[in-house]
Amino acid sequence: MSARKWLYRPELGVVAAVVAAWLFFAITAGDSGFLTLSGTASYLAIAAELGILAAPVALLMIAGEFDLSIGSTLAASGMTMALCTTELGWPLWAGIAAAAALSACVGLVNGLIVTRTRLPSFIVTLGTLFILAGGTIGTTRLITGRTQVGGLEDAGGFGAAQKLFAGQIGPFSITLLWWVGLTALATWVLVRTRPGNWIFAVGGAPDAARRLGIPVDRVKILLFMTTALAACLVATFQTVQFRGTDVLRGTGKELEAILAAVLGGTLLTGGRGSVFGAACGALLFGMVQQGIVFSGVDSDWYKVFLGAVLILAVLLNSSVQMRAAEARR
Amino acid sequence: MSHETNGKAPILEADHVTKRFGRITALEDVSMRVYASEILCVLGDNGAGKSTLIKTLSGVHPPDEGRLLVDGEPVRFSSPRDALARGIATVYQDLAMVPMLSVVRNFFLGAEPTRGVWPLRRLDLREAEAVVRAELKRMGVELRDMSVPVSALSGGQRQALAIARAIHFGARVLVLDEPTSALGVKQAGIVLRYVMEARTRGCGVILITHNPHHAHMVGDRFTILNRGRCEGTFAKAEISRDELVRRMAGGEELEQLQHELRAS
Repeated sequence: MSARKWLYRPELGVVAAVVAAWLFFAITAGDSGFLTLSGTASYLAIAAELGILAAPVALLMIAGEFDLSIGSTLAASGMTMALCTTELGWPLWAGIAAAAALSACVGLVNGLIVTRTRLPSFIVTLGTLFILAGGTIGTTRLITGRTQVGGLEDAGGFGAAQKLFAGQIGPFSITLLWWVGLTALATWVLVRTRPGNWIFAVGGAPDAARRLGIPVDRVKILLFMTTALAACLVATFQTVQFRGTDVLRGTGKELEAILAAVLGGTLLTGGRGSVFGAACGALLFGMVQQGIVFSGVDSDWYKVFLGAVLILAVLLNSSVQMRAAEARR
Repeated sequence: MSHETNGKAPILEADHVTKRFGRITALEDVSMRVYASEILCVLGDNGAGKSTLIKTLSGVHPPDEGRLLVDGEPVRFSSPRDALARGIATVYQDLAMVPMLSVVRNFFLGAEPTRGVWPLRRLDLREAEAVVRAELKRMGVELRDMSVPVSALSGGQRQALAIARAIHFGARVLVLDEPTSALGVKQAGIVLRYVMEARTRGCGVILITHNPHHAHMVGDRFTILNRGRCEGTFAKAEISRDELVRRMAGGEELEQLQHELRAS
């Protein structure tokens, strides 16, 4: 690939930012554990969970839509599997299946409302974000009288689930494998399959896509279901790892996932972006969040840093791309 | 209205077509026909009914009166897809392209070649690129890099891509909606060459334009549309460019305007 072609890549900014952040923390926090294996594992674990959300969120954004509801979907599906096992005595796998079914329905409803009413998905999913958040708190308190549910280790099948969703490989969390696998899968779908081609077209030129016979609405609905199912998967990781869950789990994840996708070069307006970029965005997020801790600065400040990096990365991305586009003419 | 038809039916014919929207008559008693390997130019000013004509020919609106015939057989298109299946392809001004997608991906958008079986079914990009390269070459376009986004192409190249795509997917009649209107002189010239190339390859071309200069350079026959009515069809030998300009502008009205301007 020629140098100029690299400038066209949407990931360029975020790759540079990841390298810069790593160097920065290696210098400022290298002697306090940032460079150790367990230090690396700690930010990779954060990146993995966020990255699993960011990959489908990036696909959906490339198709021109937002999903703000995944934070609440995460809470709702975690609570579904917890309540099904502790209150109904179901085996954990049945609880996970119920949560997945619920998430798929949430995605379906989001997708149907957006495609049928043509309301902006930002608004529709903001609505479902609130509905699900409130519904989760209300239902949980109605059933248990509390907002936290624990004791999942007694559920049937917990041991196997623990290996699959919360296991360790040396110092690394098994979620890392899930992240790498799903990122590779999503990348392949996006750049090497027909539906991937359609995702770009649906976001880049919806009218043209429709005229060429691409099932625009079906593509969008399926993507909304994918983001919701990703939220359910992350909920499963967390619920199994902590042997229980909390109604507020997942709060803010929807924005973090969008941040990772945008850091990774995905356009807010659709039509352009990359799953690999979103993965790098998630990596940057984890690195900054943990790096700040290692460098001894109060971790309250990490969001300031992340926000600034977001704006800088997007600025770099757009200016480089504009220059590349001009040079081509 | 002379044309050697060799006894063959026109590929596409509009026979006394009328189209109304509420109380407004957009097309009234319009008849026209296009044969293989010829360029029929439909000329008209704004509001002459050009876009209604395009939409009627391409299957968006069925005519209220009159009929459409393909290969001499009466047809009723239920949708643009239906028209396309009959070989009537319309290239609109926006070209139905996704600017940020590559040339190859745009060419096959919605009809991508794949290999392998599901779930491993994937795009056959090598095959796709070979086809696009060959099709563009036949139009006289050579692109070094097929993976550049369409937004990096010139207006003329984009038009060529759209025309090549339509021909590749079986167009026998190309309906071109103002293909030169947004282009500079040089790019417009290039596009007109592609239009002639499409004729050479056996397509019947309906070139819809408000530019009589462009039309006269490439057209075989000319139909003038004015306020939804057909003002006659002329073979190239029957009409000069100046006459075409005069007729299109509504003849006497233009002369009257000239008098008024001179008087003031």
